[in-house]
Amino acid sequence: MKSLRRAAYFFLAPALLPIFLFFFVPALAAFVLSFTDFDIYALGNFQYVRFVGLKNYFQLLQDPLFWKATANTFYYVLIGGPLAIAASLGTALLLHAKVIRFKGFFRTVYFAPVVTTLVAVAVVWRFLYHPRFGLLNYVLGFFGIDPIDWLGDPNWAMPAIILMSMWKNFGYNMIIFIAGLQSIPEQLYEAARMDGANARQQFTSITLPMLMPTTVFVSIIAMIGNFQLFTEPYVMTQGGPVNSTLSLVLLMYQQGFRWWNLGYSAAIAFVLFGIILAGSLLQTWLQKRREA
Amino acid sequence: MQRLGKILILTLAIVVALATLAPALWMVSASCMAPGEASTFPPRLLPGDPTLEHYVTLFTRLRLLRYFGNSLILSVSITLISLFFNSMAGYAFAKYRFPGRDRLFRFLVAEMVIPAQVTTLPLFLMLNKMGLINTYFGVMVAGMATIYGIFLIRQFALAIPDSFIEAARMDGSSDFRIYWSVILPLCKPILITLAIFTFMGTWNDFLWPLIVLTDDAMYTLPVALANLTGEHVQDTELMMAGAVITVLPVMLVFIALQKYYISGIMAAGLKE
Repeated sequence: MKSLRRAAYFFLAPALLPIFLFFFVPALAAFVLSFTDFDIYALGNFQYVRFVGLKNYFQLLQDPLFWKATANTFYYVLIGGPLAIAASLGTALLLHAKVIRFKGFFRTVYFAPVVTTLVAVAVVWRFLYHPRFGLLNYVLGFFGIDPIDWLGDPNWAMPAIILMSMWKNFGYNMIIFIAGLQSIPEQLYEAARMDGANARQQFTSITLPMLMPTTVFVSIIAMIGNFQLFTEPYVMTQGGPVNSTLSLVLLMYQQGFRWWNLGYSAAIAFVLFGIILAGSLLQTWLQKRREA
Repeated sequence: MQRLGKILILTLAIVVALATLAPALWMVSASCMAPGEASTFPPRLLPGDPTLEHYVTLFTRLRLLRYFGNSLILSVSITLISLFFNSMAGYAFAKYRFPGRDRLFRFLVAEMVIPAQVTTLPLFLMLNKMGLINTYFGVMVAGMATIYGIFLIRQFALAIPDSFIEAARMDGSSDFRIYWSVILPLCKPILITLAIFTFMGTWNDFLWPLIVLTDDAMYTLPVALANLTGEHVQDTELMMAGAVITVLPVMLVFIALQKYYISGIMAAGLKE
């Protein structure tokens, strides 16, 4: 028995050691760091680090940039998230329809953007959004829509980022929705048809309720990912114009690695963590309440 | 009426497919255009006189081969190491009894809510102190083992009958031998799935390599590409060629192994 226990530890150590050293310890350290004034001088000599208590957090509350970044991030999560999930659900239903042939082909095409590299996608879309030469404005021109300065206009920059990330990501959740649709027992529909339910009634009283757990799962995962918005604004707009696409992670990055205000930056990271945690708890709580 | 509905659904499916493909197709097309050709009005869809000069420039003048190599080395080694470590731990959690096992596992799973960004700054400071900034190892540390990977393997290994392991033990196999020649082969489907996820995840990763790699020669493809766009804003066609080279490898891996990849996502979505 003792040798079995030793074997277990032997198998666990190689994975748990790096996770402990390079994940748990830094996560804890981030918490401590957020109560210090760690900056470029401290980077050279740790002796310069001082505990400042909640100073960073109070400073955040008074920082208009922080509020701007928070508002932008919530904009992205609350508008972009549901839109993306609706697109995923819509395309899943589309591919689940009996009339569609070559399902595998369509599924692969819809999914392809998910595996592409975000930086490359951002580079390409930055040009698709070009106010003069971009393909998007050109296509919109056929519908009589005047050219839009997608990334240069503070009102349009965030919608542009949302549109691009919808294109990039809808395939992922679509696959999960397809799996959810496939797991709904066919008998339910047969029974409903015998009771004389039409297609719309079948959809609202069988398909949607049966997809509820999948939708909750997908929304939580999507929300967690969306709160971490970084690469899109970093590559496409650098947070501009006039900070209209500055996200919390981008602000964290700028404060930490451009200005080397690591203590302040860690406080931003922790606020982000708190928001994500609260969001996940809220969603599971709502789900439990609905079931009860 | 029903016929109309069918046509409508099919048309919609095709329109979505075209909209999905359009940016990628244009990227490939523009990468073969002459300099400045993409910046014309009305926009050109196809190159007038296709050229590969931008690809040549990328590989000769801009050291893209080096970045490609960096990305490849990092992605392959992180995939192999994490597969090895995660599978050992996942197997131990599934099939060994030891004090505190379930509590330890629950603790690990609970930690999954911590976003990676939280650990970024202290991890950078740690690596800086250890002299690992701007090294391959520095990029690798964050991915050498993952809770998600351990979790996936454990779920899969739980279904392996204990009798397989006991039989091997009767035959006098050592614990490692049982893991290596009994468990690993049985876990092949989940290992392949996890391998694709990890490979693509590391290949496409941006924030962490951007932070750890400070020297130009160490950049991965995405970091190099983001850097190039800063310097060559006007060279649209060149940027598109760079984007093609960055995207192509993951695309090929995906197309070759999509069966495993997609079933992996479906399984993850259903289990929860």
